[in-house]
Amino acid sequence: MAKLSDTIPNLVQHFGPTLHSIPSGGWTRNPQDEKLVKTHCCFCGQQCGIQLRVNNNKVVGFEPWETFPFNKGKLCPKGVKRYMQDEHPDRLKMPLQRIEGRGFEPLAWEPAMQRVVSEIRRIQERYGKDAFAVLTGASLTNEKAYLMGKFARVALQTANIDYNGRLCMVSAGAASKKIFGIDRSANPWSDIPKAKVILIAGANVAETAPITTDYLWQARENGAKLIILDPRMTPIARNADLFIPVRPGGDMAIFNGMLHIMIERGWIDREFIAQHTSGFDAVAETVRKYTPDFAAKIAGVPADMIVKVAELWGPAPTSFLLHARGIEHHSKGVDNCIAAINLVVASGRIGREGCGYAMITGQGNGQGGREQGQKCDQLPGSRDISNPEHRKYIAGVWGVPEESIPQKGLSAVPLVEAIHDGRIKGLISICFNPAVSLPDGNFVREALSKLEFYVNIDFFLSESGRYADIVLPGSLMEEDEGTTTNVEGRVILHRKAVSPPGEAREDWKILCDLAGLLGHKERFSYASPKEIFEELRVASKGGTSDYYGMSWERIDENNGMFWPCPEPGHPGTPRLYEGGKFGHPDGKAHFMPVEWRPSAEMPDAEYPIILTTGRVVSHFLSGTQTRRIGALMDQYPQPRCEMHPRLAEQLGVSDGGFVKVESRRGQIVVRALVVKTIRPDTVFVPYHWPLDRSANNCTIRAIDPVSNIPEFKICAVRISKTDQPTDEIAILGVEAGGIR
Amino acid sequence: MSQREFFIDYSRCIGCQACVQACAECDTHRGTSMIHLETIERLDSVQTAPQVCMHCENPVCARVCPADAIKKTPDGVVQSSLKPRCIACSNCVVSCPFGVPKYMAEFEQMMKCDMCYDRSSVGKKPMCAAVCPSGALTFTTMEEIQRTRRGIPVNSWTFGEEEVKTKVYVMVPREVDRVNVDLIQIAPTPSALPADPYDVALMLEVQQ
Repeated sequence: MAKLSDTIPNLVQHFGPTLHSIPSGGWTRNPQDEKLVKTHCCFCGQQCGIQLRVNNNKVVGFEPWETFPFNKGKLCPKGVKRYMQDEHPDRLKMPLQRIEGRGFEPLAWEPAMQRVVSEIRRIQERYGKDAFAVLTGASLTNEKAYLMGKFARVALQTANIDYNGRLCMVSAGAASKKIFGIDRSANPWSDIPKAKVILIAGANVAETAPITTDYLWQARENGAKLIILDPRMTPIARNADLFIPVRPGGDMAIFNGMLHIMIERGWIDREFIAQHTSGFDAVAETVRKYTPDFAAKIAGVPADMIVKVAELWGPAPTSFLLHARGIEHHSKGVDNCIAAINLVVASGRIGREGCGYAMITGQGNGQGGREQGQKCDQLPGSRDISNPEHRKYIAGVWGVPEESIPQKGLSAVPLVEAIHDGRIKGLISICFNPAVSLPDGNFVREALSKLEFYVNIDFFLSESGRYADIVLPGSLMEEDEGTTTNVEGRVILHRKAVSPPGEAREDWKILCDLAGLLGHKERFSYASPKEIFEELRVASKGGTSDYYGMSWERIDENNGMFWPCPEPGHPGTPRLYEGGKFGHPDGKAHFMPVEWRPSAEMPDAEYPIILTTGRVVSHFLSGTQTRRIGALMDQYPQPRCEMHPRLAEQLGVSDGGFVKVESRRGQIVVRALVVKTIRPDTVFVPYHWPLDRSANNCTIRAIDPVSNIPEFKICAVRISKTDQPTDEIAILGVEAGGIR
Repeated sequence: MSQREFFIDYSRCIGCQACVQACAECDTHRGTSMIHLETIERLDSVQTAPQVCMHCENPVCARVCPADAIKKTPDGVVQSSLKPRCIACSNCVVSCPFGVPKYMAEFEQMMKCDMCYDRSSVGKKPMCAAVCPSGALTFTTMEEIQRTRRGIPVNSWTFGEEEVKTKVYVMVPREVDRVNVDLIQIAPTPSALPADPYDVALMLEVQQ
């Protein structure tokens, strides 16, 4: 019964998104009444230090935190304006229940919780435990991520829990684990300026990880060469020494082609390979056919670019390789990352100052969120849910029989497919907006409308929350405390700045109370997030991501601590793999050969253009937060379809004109942005908007066989000129999915 | 610690607008952003350029003001117009070689970047330079900038025959000692145009 209970315009009218443009208390400040709270940004994986200005339990502004070592006061526009989420008119302050034909009405906590519990019981008794699923998020603190995993396995005993990190870090994580044995950026960011060559593949650093820019520019001041692989000339690519406008899906050919040349010209470290790695011969055999011409055809770039990049990277004394979703959001995302990591290991330039590798984590707790056991195949401490030893250890920590812990469940996309085909009937979600963020949006929204019962925990009513039967008002980052783990593997502390407004509650309290009502009170009786952390660090003990030696006090005193930190006196581990010691039991890095294969949907006569998707600097993920902040909407109000003038000319489209972008699955109408900075065979649309402006209406539900990441970065579309739409969605505000 | 100065490095700018958003958080003009972030020509390039007030040693805006409304503080910061004196003539707006002052009808005065005087006058960084993630805007000491950058800071300009010296520095290649802004031809002939350096289609073609 989770179909929309009212029209979208009515739901928007009552619950937003509404733009919030003036801070609480107006623009005039009363500094004498304010206190500064040192905490971190709630948005991306950089987790910049920031001081929030708090007056009378209201966040009224910010002050740069210049002594926090990662960002030294620097912020992107999202960080500057994040405080405008507080005192927001759309903020949920009471539980809501769905009323057929009338949208939502407020409800007291007790009946709301009773309803949730009775529906969980009804569905699990009738259809089995696994018929009730959990979808969580990688913007949750470590403590909440840990709690979600435990809640699913202990209180619900469902196998089906997964998280939106499935759309983010899983390809990079799987590849790192396979080659290095550990899923974490190998180096702290302070190694970047010390590298002489930096290769960035598929990362629009300037817009998605802006703080990393200064590290890159600093490397260049020190004489480094910068190489960028991207179908678009992004702001960071403009000043690169070598920009390779690779065709979406063609990256692996460039990596294999580089290794081909490196072997040929003797630019590999044979001694390092012999001592610290295994499996190189198979890789050498595989890349033998990746001559510059062969690789160039796949990558869609001139062959001499591949020679040039090998000549820059191959003989470098020190180097750093970074990649992000551009190479990871593919049905061969893991293999793309493996090909990139093979280059790092073959050069032997890893585990030393100025020599390293990193994946640029997207979500706020993209790193920690994937370690604490909220992935369908994982238990805390990055443990494997199918490993009997791992299960036994966690069962001991939780005080439950090992056999009561479910086995591996479905990952996000198959989980939504199981909802669609009726195998999953109930859902609890937090920190996840699948109606905007998952591929094939029409299918996803159809699935949500088929649920028998859906409870959504959030601070704003998201586009997914509109399908809920019960909405429970949770907490913003600044309304609770806890730790996150940043892009470097640095565990940091978020401080509570204000209390949740109205009857909204801290998320962990809601979860613990639900677990209690489900009969598991004794296992969820924490007095604070700090107590959850104390259990988490024990649960992680001996695991790959070992937090055992950390405490909130140590994290605070040290401006964050890097895992693994196995003992209380241990200083933490900023740089992994020192001395060529890798994370596998044999201490070696394991090379893996990878072959290029086509994407799930290649352009053809009917749908001849490649659509690729991504982010813009002023918005974050599904836009639930940033589409509610006036200043960020002013900066980038609505999605536009970036296309090259040559393509625009073929289509008869002019800059700013309306275009219909359609795939086999769905369509959007947006304005065109005609620019020479993109490949003529590819268009780009950012994905932060909902409904008829959602790029994910077009994207494909194809996933990587290992990581299960969706193929957001390539699908086939056709584009035509169209008129300005005037339907009821089109005339909504742009923040709600309208178009101007 | 020696005195901190303001440095602009246009080549570092990534157009993220953190400066624009943070400028509106400075208490001397909270809610209104004063910094200009120019998008050079989006069709051709992603290049952007931030422009704060350069705080000229002998500010043209103040010299041309018939109402004597524009004042420079002893530490060299040129302020927005004094509201009671400002007569909205916009002489300052048209005379500034950097295009910085704007007459804001809503506030009935000329307003512009004052280097976040509430902050910089008490030793804090201006908002834009505090947050700028790329280091395109930096507020630091001369020694620090010379130690960490390849380019050099200059603050001497010529605009045609007009010589201008500014409090704010721009980073330029080592061989440059002043920035000469000559009269430019507004509509160059196609043959005079350099090859389009950022056209991705050309990159894919030329070398094939």
